Amino acid sequence: MLTAMIAIGLLAALFGLLLGYSSIRFRVDANPIVDQIDALLPQTQCGQCTFPGCRPYAEAIAAGEADINQCPPGGETTIQALADLLGIDPKPLNAEHGEHTEKKVAVIDEQTCIGCTLCIQACPVDAILGAAKQMHTIIAAECTGCELCLPPCPVDCIAMVPVKKDIRQWKWPYPESDQPEIAGIASRVASS
Amino acid sequence: MVTLLEKPASFPGGLHLPPEKSQSLTEPLQSAAIPPRLTVPLSQNIGEAAEAVVKPGDTVLRGQLIARSLGYISAPVHAPTSGTVSAIGDYPVPHPSGLSAPCIVIDSDGEDRAADTGLKMDNVYQEDPADIRQRVRDAGIVGLGGAGFPTAVKLNPGPGRVVDLLVINAAECEPYISCDEALMCCRPNDVVEGIRIMRHALHAKQVVIGIEDNMPNAIDCLQNELTRLGETHIQIKVIPARYPAGGEKQLIYALTGEEVPSQGLPIDIGVVCHNVGTAAAIARAIHHGEPLISRIVTVTGAGVNQPRNLEVRIGTPIAALIEQCGGYTDEVARLLVGGPMMGFALRTDQLPIIKTSNCVLAASAQEAPEPPPPHPCIRCAQCVDVCPASLLPQQLYWYAFARDMEKIQDYNLFDCIECGCCAQVCPSHIPLVQYYRFAKTEIWDMEREREKSDLARLRHEARQERLEREKKALEERRARARKSLDKKPKAGNADAKKAEIEAALARVKAKKSEQADVMPLNTENLTSEQHTKIEQIERRRTGKTDGA
Repeated sequence: MLTAMIAIGLLAALFGLLLGYSSIRFRVDANPIVDQIDALLPQTQCGQCTFPGCRPYAEAIAAGEADINQCPPGGETTIQALADLLGIDPKPLNAEHGEHTEKKVAVIDEQTCIGCTLCIQACPVDAILGAAKQMHTIIAAECTGCELCLPPCPVDCIAMVPVKKDIRQWKWPYPESDQPEIAGIASRVASS
Repeated sequence: MVTLLEKPASFPGGLHLPPEKSQSLTEPLQSAAIPPRLTVPLSQNIGEAAEAVVKPGDTVLRGQLIARSLGYISAPVHAPTSGTVSAIGDYPVPHPSGLSAPCIVIDSDGEDRAADTGLKMDNVYQEDPADIRQRVRDAGIVGLGGAGFPTAVKLNPGPGRVVDLLVINAAECEPYISCDEALMCCRPNDVVEGIRIMRHALHAKQVVIGIEDNMPNAIDCLQNELTRLGETHIQIKVIPARYPAGGEKQLIYALTGEEVPSQGLPIDIGVVCHNVGTAAAIARAIHHGEPLISRIVTVTGAGVNQPRNLEVRIGTPIAALIEQCGGYTDEVARLLVGGPMMGFALRTDQLPIIKTSNCVLAASAQEAPEPPPPHPCIRCAQCVDVCPASLLPQQLYWYAFARDMEKIQDYNLFDCIECGCCAQVCPSHIPLVQYYRFAKTEIWDMEREREKSDLARLRHEARQERLEREKKALEERRARARKSLDKKPKAGNADAKKAEIEAALARVKAKKSEQADVMPLNTENLTSEQHTKIEQIERRRTGKTDGA
C-alpha cells in the first residue's frame, strides 16, 4: 500500500517537473490562432470590418470581440473557412459592412493627377508608384481593391475598374441542372 | 528499367465504345482550301502565350514567325500562309468558356509563298540533342494528341535522367476521331522519320508504337514503311481497342505493366510518350524546314454531308471546313470540337482551328442526345468499376458536390484524366466530369488567391515596418537637434546671442552681394527696345495722371 502511494507520488512529481520544464522551454508567445485566422483573410486591408487592417480583425476574432461575418472582400468563402477553423456555425455576411462585389483595381487618370502623394500615403500595401510633383500610377498587380486611395485624392482622379476576365483564369461553373450545357456528351450521359 | 511486355497488360476500367471511324475514312485525305481570312491565336498550348512580333499592315510569308515564345513552357506561332496581317486583338477562340483571346488575323493573298525558316537540319543524326530541341521549339511544335504541351520540353528528359522507352501513341481511342489513322495511312514516312529523330534526341534505349487493333490499315502501312527503310529499332505493339487506351498513363501501363506515379510524369519511370502526329510534325520541320502551320482534322458526324479528314491550315474557320465537307445536314443538333467523350460544345462555327483541334463533330440528336435530368447518386459504384485511373469517382463527386476542396484532393482529384467513362455509365445520369472540372479550376483559383493575399500581407507588413523606421529616424533627429541646442550657450547670455544674430546677418549680406556681383539686377543692362517700352509706359502712366 505504502509502496503504491510512494510510486504514484514519485510519478506525479516526475511528470509535474516535465510539464513545468516544457511550459518554460516551449513557451509560445503569440496565440497561434491569430496567425491561422489571418491566413484565411483576403489581406485587402480595406477596413470595412471596422478594424484598421486584416491582422487587427484577426486579433479581434481571436479575442471574441468581433464576429466572423464582417469581411465583404472575403465573402462566403472566408466566412465558411473561419467557421470551419473555429468550429462554429457559419452565418451570412453582415450587410452593415458592405457587400461582396467582383474584384476591382484602382486606376489613376493621369490627365488629372496633380502629384500630391496623398493616395500614396493612404495605400496599405504601397501599390502606388510616384513622388511629390511626379506622376502617380497604381501597380495593378499589387492593388487589392481596398479603395482607401479614393477619399484622400483632392482632384477625384482615381476610379475602380473591374479586373479583366482572362481566358486562362476562367473557371468551370458548378454544375446546375438549369445551366446551358457547354461541355461534350460524356459529361452528360448518352442514353446508349 | 522498364521492359516491354510480350502480351499487353489490361489497364483497369475503361469501356468498349463503338469506334464510328469508318465514315470519315472512306474519302481520301484532302487539303482544306486556304480561306481568305485566318485567325491565329497566340495561345494554342499549355503554358505561356506567345508574343506577337508583327503589327497590322505587315506582309508575311508562309512559315514566317509571327509570335515568339516567352518562357520555357511556351511555343512560337508561325504564319499559316502568305498574306497581310490585318489586325491583332481579342477574337473568339474554341474554348469551353466562349471567351475571346488575343489573336493575329491574316488576310491571305492566295499565293501561299514560303519563307526561308532556317529550321531544316541536313545531318540531324550528328546534331546535339539540345540543338534538335531548339529547332523543335523554334518550329512551334506542340503535342498534337490534344493537350498541346510544348514538344521541346517533353524531348528533354532532364539532367541525369535516362529514357528507357519512347512510346509513340497511335492508339486514337476516342470514337469518331480518325486523324491519326489517316496520317499513318497517307504519310507513314513522315511518321517514321519523326520517330527516328525523337529517338536520337532522347537517346531512347527502346522505341515502340502503341496502336489499337481496330486500325489494321494503319498497322500495315507503318509496318511496310519500317520494313522498307530497314528500321530495326522501332517496333509496333498492337493493343486491344478499349477507351481510353490512348491516355498516356493507360498506354504505358498496357505496354509495360508499370504505373506512372500519382501526379507524376512518365519520365519518373524512364518513359517518354509522344503522339504520332507530333512525330510527323517534327519530321516536316527538321527534314523540310516547315514549322507547325497545319494539321489533320477529322470533320465528321451525322450532321455533315461528307465526313472526311482534311489537312487544315491553323487559323481556318470551322465554318469553311464544314462547307468543304458538303455543308450541314438537316440532322445537325450540336457542334463539338474534340470527340464525344472529351470534347466540348461550340456556340458558333466562326471559330478557328488551332494546333490542338483534332476533330470537329457535327452531331445529330441521336449521336449527342439531350441528357435526362440527373437523379440522386445511389452509390452503385459502376463509376468505380470503369475508372481507368483507379480512382473513386463516387467520392470525388460527393466532395465536389459539397464544395469540400480539401477532402476531394485526398482522393487524388488531380489524377483524373477527365475521360468521361464514369459519366457514361452512371445510371442516375449525373454529369460527373463537370463536377471534377469545377473542383479542379476552383482549387487552382483558390491557390492563386492565396498567393496574392500572402503577397499583399507581406507588402502591408513591409509598409508598417517602413513607417515605424521613418518615425524612429525622425525622433532620433529631433532628439539630436535638441541635444545640440542644449550644448549651445544659454538664453540668459544676451550678448552672445546678439553676436550670433549679427554674425548670421553678415553671412546673409555677404552671400547676397556675392550673388549681386555675379548676376546683374534686372533694371540694369537694358536694351534700347526695353528703354523705349519703359518710356512709352511712363508716358502713358503720367499722361493718365494728368488727364484724370
